[in-house]
Amino acid sequence: MSAYKPLGSRIVTPPFIALGVIAAIGFFFLAMRFIYGMGSVTNLNGAHAWGIWVVYDVVVGTAFACGGYALAITVYVLNKGKYHPLIRPALLASLLGYALGGLGAFFDMGRWWQFYNILLPWNWNFNSVMLEVGLCVLTYILVLVIEFSPAVLEHFGAKKLLAVLNKMLFFFIAIGVLLPTMHQSSLGSLLIAMGYKVNPLWQTWQLQPLLALLTALCMGFSIVVFEGSFATAGLRRPSETPLLKGLGMAIVGLLGAFLAVRFITLLVQGKLGLLFAFDFASFMFLVETVLFVVPLVILLSPKRRENGGQLLIAAVSMLLGGALYRFDAFLITFAPGVGYSYFPSVPEIMVTVGLIAFEIMAYLVLVKLFPVMHDAGHEA
Amino acid sequence: MNEHDIERLERRLGMSRRDFMKFFAGLAATMGLSSFAAEAMAEAVAVQRKRPVVIWLHGQECTGPSETLLRAEHPTLERLLLDMISLDYHQTLDTGAGHQVEAAKEASMAANKGQYLLVVEGSIPTKDGGIYCKIANKTMLEHTKEAAENAAAIIAFGSCASWGGVQSSGPNPTEAKGVHEILPGKTVVNLPGCPPNPYNFLATVMHFLTFGKLPALDAQGRPLFAYGRLIHENCYRRPHFDAGRFAEEFGDEGHKQGYCLYKLGCKGPETYANCSVIEFNDISGGTWPIGVGHPCFGCAEKGVGFTKPLFSLADVKTHTPPAMFPEISQRQGSSGVGTGAALLTGAVVGAVVGATAMAAKKLNSTGDSDKQG
Amino acid sequence: MKRRDFLKAAIGGTAVVALGEAEARANLEPAPEAMGMLYDSTLCIGCKACVSACKQTNGMPPVIEEGNPQFDSARDLSGDTLNVIKVYLNGKGEHKDTVSDGYAFEKRSCMHCVDPGCVSVCPVTAMRRDPKTGIVSYHADACIGCRNCTMGCPYNVPQFQYNQPFGQISKCQMCNQAGVGRIDKGGMTACSEVCPTGATLFGPRDALMKEAKRRLALKAGEVTQFPRGDIRHPFHPHEKAAATYQQHVWGEKEAGGTNVLHISAIPFDQLGMPPLGERSAASISEGVQHGLYSYLALPAVALAGLTYLVRRNTNGHKEGEE
Repeated sequence: MSAYKPLGSRIVTPPFIALGVIAAIGFFFLAMRFIYGMGSVTNLNGAHAWGIWVVYDVVVGTAFACGGYALAITVYVLNKGKYHPLIRPALLASLLGYALGGLGAFFDMGRWWQFYNILLPWNWNFNSVMLEVGLCVLTYILVLVIEFSPAVLEHFGAKKLLAVLNKMLFFFIAIGVLLPTMHQSSLGSLLIAMGYKVNPLWQTWQLQPLLALLTALCMGFSIVVFEGSFATAGLRRPSETPLLKGLGMAIVGLLGAFLAVRFITLLVQGKLGLLFAFDFASFMFLVETVLFVVPLVILLSPKRRENGGQLLIAAVSMLLGGALYRFDAFLITFAPGVGYSYFPSVPEIMVTVGLIAFEIMAYLVLVKLFPVMHDAGHEA
Repeated sequence: MNEHDIERLERRLGMSRRDFMKFFAGLAATMGLSSFAAEAMAEAVAVQRKRPVVIWLHGQECTGPSETLLRAEHPTLERLLLDMISLDYHQTLDTGAGHQVEAAKEASMAANKGQYLLVVEGSIPTKDGGIYCKIANKTMLEHTKEAAENAAAIIAFGSCASWGGVQSSGPNPTEAKGVHEILPGKTVVNLPGCPPNPYNFLATVMHFLTFGKLPALDAQGRPLFAYGRLIHENCYRRPHFDAGRFAEEFGDEGHKQGYCLYKLGCKGPETYANCSVIEFNDISGGTWPIGVGHPCFGCAEKGVGFTKPLFSLADVKTHTPPAMFPEISQRQGSSGVGTGAALLTGAVVGAVVGATAMAAKKLNSTGDSDKQG
Repeated sequence: MKRRDFLKAAIGGTAVVALGEAEARANLEPAPEAMGMLYDSTLCIGCKACVSACKQTNGMPPVIEEGNPQFDSARDLSGDTLNVIKVYLNGKGEHKDTVSDGYAFEKRSCMHCVDPGCVSVCPVTAMRRDPKTGIVSYHADACIGCRNCTMGCPYNVPQFQYNQPFGQISKCQMCNQAGVGRIDKGGMTACSEVCPTGATLFGPRDALMKEAKRRLALKAGEVTQFPRGDIRHPFHPHEKAAATYQQHVWGEKEAGGTNVLHISAIPFDQLGMPPLGERSAASISEGVQHGLYSYLALPAVALAGLTYLVRRNTNGHKEGEE
C-alpha cells in the first residue's frame, strides 16, 4: 500500500559503533555540564554568552534541518509532485535536526529547569525575537512529529489513525511551511539587537530576516541533495540524481537572490569598501562568497548538474557557505568589545559532535526500521 | 679599621664595637644601602682623626628639628655632638653666648673653609631686607648666604628650611622662604618634615662623610632614599585602602579596626616621606600620626602641610597604579584558541570535506549508469 | 487569485511591511523619575570601596585567583561581580587623567539604559525596566537562562553564573532588588554611599546630567566643590581642582541614553566604551519584529493562503500516492 519501505539492513555496523563512541563522549561531557555547571565544559564568557551550542546546534543545525521545509514548499505549495519521493527522508532529517536543535537549546539554557516559563503567556515579551524563535521551534518540532507520524503509523499498521491523520495533514503541512518561514527569518533578526557587535559586513539590520530565510531555503534544498547523495553512496540506494538536479535549479534561483540582496544591501548601506579592507572579516566574507559561487558555477551548467558527484559538491559548498555565513555573524567575526575572545573548548565541541553522531545514528536506525525511503521498485 | 682604631673608638665613644656596628647597619638600612656601606660608614667615623665640623643656623622656627635630634637614641645626642661630629656653632645648644660665640663661629668657618657642613633649620624672611629675623645684628638672610659661601654641603633640616614651612603659608607677612630659594645655584639637601625625622638627617650626614658626596636627590632636592615614595605606598593601612575599608569618623568601628584614614583627610597619598617605614624616632610601637590613628597632615610636602585643610581629601598620587587593577581589555574567562580544540575543529571540517569528496567520487563512478537508466 | 500572484503579493507585502515598519519605533524616553549615577573618572582614586560595598550589599563572594587569596581579583564583570574598577594605562602610566603616558580609572557596571537591550530581547520578561525610576531589574523566577540579555546588551553587562550548576544572571539592580530596596526607601546605592570622593554620585538623572555639564564647563585647574553621596542631599563636599574633561557626557545620547552617566578626561572609546550611535539596536529590532508580527496579522494571512494551497495540492495526490 505504501510507496515507502524500510531498508531493513543490519543496524549495528562498524561505522555505527564508531558513531556510538563519539556520541558517548559527547554525552559524558553533557553530564558534566549538568553536574558542575556550564563553565566546567564550555569556554563561554562575559560577552560571548552564545557559543557553538547555540550557534551550531540551533542557528546552523536548524538551517541544516530545513530540507523538510524546502520540500514542503516545493511539493505542497508549488505543487511539484514529482519530488514527493524525497519528502519522507527529508522530513525525518528535519525532525532529527530540529529535535536536536531543541535539545541543544535546552542544555544550553542556563536555567533549564525553568524552561516551561517560555510557554507561560504571562511571561511573554512580544518585543523579543527569542520568544518567537523559541515558541516557533517548539511548535515546529511537534508539527514535524505529526508530519512524520504516517511512517510510524504505517509501520505499526494503525490504519484508522492514519486515515484520520491524513484528513488533517494538509493543515499541519501549511503550519509546517509557515513556522520555519517565521523562525528561520527570526534567527537572522536575533542579530539586529546585537547591534555593533555583529561585524558591519554581516550587520544588515532590517534585511537580516530576509537574508537568513534565503540561506535557510538554499541550505534546505542542499541538504536534500546531500542526504540523497549519501544515501546513494553510503546505503547503496539507487541514484536520485535526476530528481536532485531539479532542486539544484531552485538553489540557483534562491542563492542568486541571496547574493543580489546581500551585495545591494552592502552597496546601499555604504559598506562595500569594507570588502577591500583586507582584514580578517573581509577574508571570511571572501571565503563565504567563494563557497556560494561554487554551487552557482556548478549548477548553472546543465552538464555538471547531471553529474551526481558535482551536484553533491555544489550542495556541500552551499551548506558550508550557509553555515559559515551564520558562524561568521554570530561567532567568528562577532566583536563584543576589546579583550573578549571565544573559541570552543574540546569538551564543548565534543558535545556538539556527539550530538551530530547521535543524530546520524538515529537516522540510520529509523530508515532501516520504518518506511522512510521511497521504494524505487514500487514506482518502476 | 684595625684593632687600634677600634680600641680608640671604644674609648672615645664609650660604646662597644658591637653597638657601634649596629648603629651603622641601621643607618645604612634607612638609606637602603648594603652592609658594606654600613662598614664603610663605620670606618669613616672610626678612622676619622678629626670630627667633621658642623655649623648650625636657626631662622624662623620652633626649634623642632633640633628637638627631634635631641630625642634620637642611636646615637644619643651627646655621643653624636661631642664625639661623632664637631658642632662648632648651634644657637640653642651652645653654652657660650654673644660675641664670644659669634667669634668662635667665624673662626671655625675660616679654619674649615670648604670643609664644614652647613645645617639650617627654620625659614628665612626676605621682606624688607630680611629684618624680621636678626641674630648678632645680622639678618638671617646674611648669615645664611655667608655660611653657605664656603660650606662643603648645605642641609635644610625641617619643612621651614626646606620650603618655608608654616611661616610661608598665606599671608606670609615676612615673605619667608626656604634655604634653596635664597641660594640659587647651590645644591641644598632638603629634609622636610615637621618635625623632620632625625634618622634621615643622620643618614644624609653619614653618607656625605663616607662617600664624600650627597645621596641621590629628587627634583625638590630631597634624598630619594627617604622621600622617593609616598607615605601611602608603604603604609600598613594601605591594604584597607585597596579593599575600600575606611574609618568614616574618629572613634567609629572602622577607626577602631585600624582602617585606612583617607576619608578623614589623610594626606599620605600625596606626601613623599618614609614615615610609614621608619615611623618616628625610636619610640616604636607605631608612634607616628597614622600609627596612632590620626590622618597624616602632609607636614613634609610643600603645598599640602599648612596649606590644605586638615581633614580635606588628598589628591591620590598613585604614580604607578597597582597591578591589581585590571586593564580595560582584561576580561574574566576570555580564552584563547586551545590547540586541542583547534585540531578537533580542523578534524571535523576535514571529515565533512573528506566524506563529501569520497561520496562524490563514488557517485561519479555510478554516474554513467544513471544517465542510461 | 492565481497562486503565483498570491505568492508575489505575500512576499512583496512582507518585504514592504518589514522595511516600512522597521523604522516605526523610536528610542524610548527616560523614565519620568529616572534615577541614576554619575561616575566621574577624574575623581576616582581607585580605592575600590564601591566594589567591596557592592559585594557586601549583594551578598557576592570575592573572585579568588591563584596567587592572590587576600584580594578580590575580579578582572571584569562576572557572575560574582556586578561592579569593578578598571584602569586605563598608556605608556609609562605616570600621570592621572592623561591620554599618553597616563592612567585613569573606569567603572564597569550596569549603565541602566534608557532603552535597554536586555529588556527588549528577553523572551520571558525576566529583565524589566521600572516605569517610574527606569531601573533595570532582573527576575530569576522567570529567567530561563538563554543569555540573550548578554548578547543584546551594548555593554555586555548581564552575566550568567557559569560556574554553578544552578546559576542565574547577575547584574546591578541599583541596590533596589527585593530584600535590599534602598532606592524605594529613599536611600542611595551602596557604591555611591561609600565613595570617598564622590566619583560615584547618586541621584535623579536630570540633576546628575546638570552636574555633569557643570563639570565639563569648568576650566582645567579651577577649584570647585564636588558633592558626595546623593546629589539631593550630599555629604560634606570634596574640594578639588577640575581635570581636563572630555566634552562628552557618556549616556546622554548613546543608544538612547543611560541612567548611569560617565564623564572622563580620556576619550571613552579608549575606556572600553562601545561604538554606539544614537539609535538603540533594540528599537530597530523591535521595529522589524512588530512589522512582521504585529497582532500576528501577517502570519495569519500567510497561514490562510498556505492552508488553501496545500489543501488544493494535496487533494491531487492524497494518501501519499501518485
